[in-house]
Amino acid sequence: MAETAQHSEAPDLFAEYRLTPGVADELFDAHGQMRPVWRRFVDRFARLSPEDIAARFERGNQYLRDAGVFFRQYSNDPLTEREWPLSHIPVILHEDEWERICTGLSQRADLLEQVLADLYGPARLVSEGHLPAELVAGSRQWLRPMVGVPPRGGHYLHFLAFEIGRSPDGSWFVLGDRTQAPSGAGFALENRMATGRIFPERFPRAHIHRLAGFFGAFRTSMERLAHGQGRARASAILTPGPSNDTYYEHTYIARYLGIPLLEGEDLLVQNGQAMVRTIEGPQPLGVLWRRIDAAFADPLELDSGSQIGTPGIMEAIRQGNLAMVNALGSGVLEMRAMMAFLPRISEVMTGKPLAMPNIATWWCGGAQEQSYVRENAARMLVDSAYACDLPFDLGSQAAIGGAFRSQSRQNLSDWLAADGHRLVGQEAVTLSTTPAWVEDGEDGHGRVLPRPMTVRVFAARTPQGWIFMKGGYARIGRSGDTTALAMQRGGSVADVWVVSDRQVPQETLIPRETDVALRAAPGILPARSADNLYWLGRYVERTEDTIRMVRAYHLRLASTDKPNDPSLREIARFVARNGVDLRDPIPDALINNIESARSCASKVRDRFSTDGWSALGDLARTARAMRKTAKPGDDAARAMSVLVRKITGFSGLVHENMYRFSGWRFLSFGRALERADSLAAMLGAFANPKAPPGSLDIAVEVADSVITHQRRYRIETTRCTAVDLLALDGDNPRAILFQIERIRRLASELPHASDNGRLAELSRAIVPIEAALSVATPTEITSAKLDELRAGFSQISDLLTSAYLR
Amino acid sequence: MRYDIRLTIEYAYAAPSDHARNLLRLLPSDIAGTQRVTSRLLSTDPMPDERRDCLDFFGNATTSVAWHQPIDAVSLTLRATVERFTPRPMLDLSPPLAALAQEIGEVQSLRSDAPHHFLGASPRIATQDEITAFARERLKPGFSALEAVTQIGRALHREMRFDAEATTVDTTPAEAFAARHGVCQDFAQVMIAALRGIGIPAGYVSGFLRTFPPPGQPRLEGADAMHAWVCAWVGHDMGWVEFDPTNDQFAGLDYITVATGRDYSDVAPVRGVMRTAGAHETRQAVDVVPLDKG
Repeated sequence: MAETAQHSEAPDLFAEYRLTPGVADELFDAHGQMRPVWRRFVDRFARLSPEDIAARFERGNQYLRDAGVFFRQYSNDPLTEREWPLSHIPVILHEDEWERICTGLSQRADLLEQVLADLYGPARLVSEGHLPAELVAGSRQWLRPMVGVPPRGGHYLHFLAFEIGRSPDGSWFVLGDRTQAPSGAGFALENRMATGRIFPERFPRAHIHRLAGFFGAFRTSMERLAHGQGRARASAILTPGPSNDTYYEHTYIARYLGIPLLEGEDLLVQNGQAMVRTIEGPQPLGVLWRRIDAAFADPLELDSGSQIGTPGIMEAIRQGNLAMVNALGSGVLEMRAMMAFLPRISEVMTGKPLAMPNIATWWCGGAQEQSYVRENAARMLVDSAYACDLPFDLGSQAAIGGAFRSQSRQNLSDWLAADGHRLVGQEAVTLSTTPAWVEDGEDGHGRVLPRPMTVRVFAARTPQGWIFMKGGYARIGRSGDTTALAMQRGGSVADVWVVSDRQVPQETLIPRETDVALRAAPGILPARSADNLYWLGRYVERTEDTIRMVRAYHLRLASTDKPNDPSLREIARFVARNGVDLRDPIPDALINNIESARSCASKVRDRFSTDGWSALGDLARTARAMRKTAKPGDDAARAMSVLVRKITGFSGLVHENMYRFSGWRFLSFGRALERADSLAAMLGAFANPKAPPGSLDIAVEVADSVITHQRRYRIETTRCTAVDLLALDGDNPRAILFQIERIRRLASELPHASDNGRLAELSRAIVPIEAALSVATPTEITSAKLDELRAGFSQISDLLTSAYLR
Repeated sequence: MRYDIRLTIEYAYAAPSDHARNLLRLLPSDIAGTQRVTSRLLSTDPMPDERRDCLDFFGNATTSVAWHQPIDAVSLTLRATVERFTPRPMLDLSPPLAALAQEIGEVQSLRSDAPHHFLGASPRIATQDEITAFARERLKPGFSALEAVTQIGRALHREMRFDAEATTVDTTPAEAFAARHGVCQDFAQVMIAALRGIGIPAGYVSGFLRTFPPPGQPRLEGADAMHAWVCAWVGHDMGWVEFDPTNDQFAGLDYITVATGRDYSDVAPVRGVMRTAGAHETRQAVDVVPLDKG
């Protein structure tokens, strides 16, 4: 509509923002007037220079990159992580409008709870003919073991999301109910952090409702649900694991809420009670916020092929000892066909129509409905009745506007006639448009154009009723096409600002003093997390040792023209035992070590600082990039120096910043043990009397102890001085004794380190080694003694594993 | 006819199994008009640390057992005495096959015996074009639902060869049908897929079958195995009928039911995931000894 462009105050960036006839818009109302809630934002935004806009957007992107927010498609390849597709301009809604939306959705949430209670209880909706039995019985989400099992706490649904859109007439409607394991709440938080970097000014910030209060209330509700009669029980998030496309969000939410992130193998069920396998033995669990599909939760009673579930979880639920957020089986409400019956069900169950309608849906199992869909196919999406995806995520079989997506079918009428019972028609709705930044080129120039959008609204149950996140997460379509189909893959996401006319109270998740007692749930470290931290420590140390050894090789290669130099051959032979082939300047084994460390870190991201994670990622990227260019000799040596600095940067972050909780102890234990072992191995080779000349200097150099050696001994390196410095010096962090002392201290701080004054088995294996090294002389540290030490370290690793890590 | 039933299943693990948990469906139950259980005892060795007996959705007796300490072998033993009643003569009161869908639609219920549970795909059995086509070719115009069940069961019995070695517990109906061979599980699964393909609700029954030794030879102890057959819903008036495609007959005096479900996954005698990497070995022995003459 031309009049909007000519609006006297419409700034240039919005010059091409044209409304589509018959489509509602967020920025302009039906009369072409800018909605007041946008006014101040648009005025300020319009005054920004292209450079300023580019700089601000980049700040947002940088935040997301630094935080490690990415989007992952299901794939076996870990490198398919895409940059988070943030649409930088928020969607702005007035708090009054938001309030009306939430009132409508609150009624809907209550109705969904009633429907679910009926479907797993008396099933009157079916027996009274309001819902076809075949739809419920045919849904894979309707879980028979849940029939007749009342949920702990009395409710099936605790956390919901609704995908809503705005109709051309300006009213809102529901495209889909997310009742099983709604995702996106964590992403909403991250979007908010990013837009905070882009628009940091006091206005708009002081007027935007914050998200923290919602999460605080939800956490309190979960803890209330978890606590049994006088017995402290933990709450946790259950994730399918790092290969899931929203795993990042799971780790983020777990960190944000301060609750553990678990996988199915972290759990076991004993006497009807779900327990977490922790380093202190099994600990009781009261509530699980599950992010896995219900069918995978229990291989014993549900999908027997599940690798990510826990046998017996159904039994814990049946005995009323475990609450699930949301109950297993709640996914049946997401079935598309449900939308066809909900309007009528609302009348039947509550005596009222739906306060917010849903996308018009017809189940083609009914003769009348089927002919209606056939006759109106041109403005319909026809797809599986049982599918649980949102209307714009169509299956490959679907028909859009009467035409099929694939070639396999020809005739819609035939399909409806043959398979009508398994199909629904859904109205091809029109969505509203909202401002999105569309770049013209690389230089930051761009324009604001209207793009279709849907908003995801999150609700949580509290004792006072449903509360809603004041804000959310909008999906923005890629093109101007306003049919819901434009929302398919490849769009972007935006922050949703719910704005008040007044300044809003500032809430955070920092607990009030009165909350502390309730929040003091026992901090638990799952055995699997401890295991990953331990191995992270070992791999990082192993990587560093390898880098230093490779550097020593190339430094010597650069200063000799004899590739058969005995010390070169000695180094090559030594590292070959660990699979390192020095003919490659950046050996594959080195890259593999880094990837192993990254893989361990990726499984404990909820317990691990973002900076640490970025540092590891940086190390991996740098090493991989160097592989393309590095040449043997000086160049490779320099490359290794870069990697040494990067990996010590990571170690510094861990050492300086990581809280000294038990997880840190396992990480440190891993590093210390790996270093002790690698020093013993190195001395065994390079301090061997048969080793070629110059070998002792290699050992001292690789152990980063050249300067210390000069200071302390002021003589040439001898076997005696090298062994004294690298094995027996309690003040040298690169000495075996130093590391074994550390290991002994760490072990004494672990749970159950002693039993009635008697040391546990792990410590009993450590103490004699420490004592022997404390009193040994260099000549006593023979090659045989070094081998014996290494056997001892291996035994320590086994004892740690059997005591804490499984 | 009364039977004394004995069953032993033994598992041995290559590596001790930590926190083993199993779900057992081995206990026969009373079925009104069909069978009565006069005694039943299911024991496990070693003794489990947990045991609970309950009924699952389909009304099958389900025993949940768990061991808290690692175990490397388990032995399950069932002893039961069951009386099987003489079936009433079967009159075909089923509707024409074409009218069955109407009758199914009229059942507004999610009870475990409602036909709706048994019509769509279940975890192990999906309809399959070749099997459905095979079933369709056996139909004649005007067939009643019961005639369809009988003819398809009979045709499969003729078409498929019994082969105790050719398939495993995980063989799909499509694979078994393509090779035209298998054991009772394969016969039952193919028949279920065939019936569902033409709109007849069909389920899987596990249980025991009295076997007869070759003429002149004594009955060998432990030579029997658990058996599987098919149940099908053929309309309001007749409800569920049970057909055994492996032996081309309706389940009669020789059949003792243990569990009924949509497919094997609902009735598997032993379900359980052992938290161990090693392989395991199984041994099974079944005796079905008639206590009455006949």
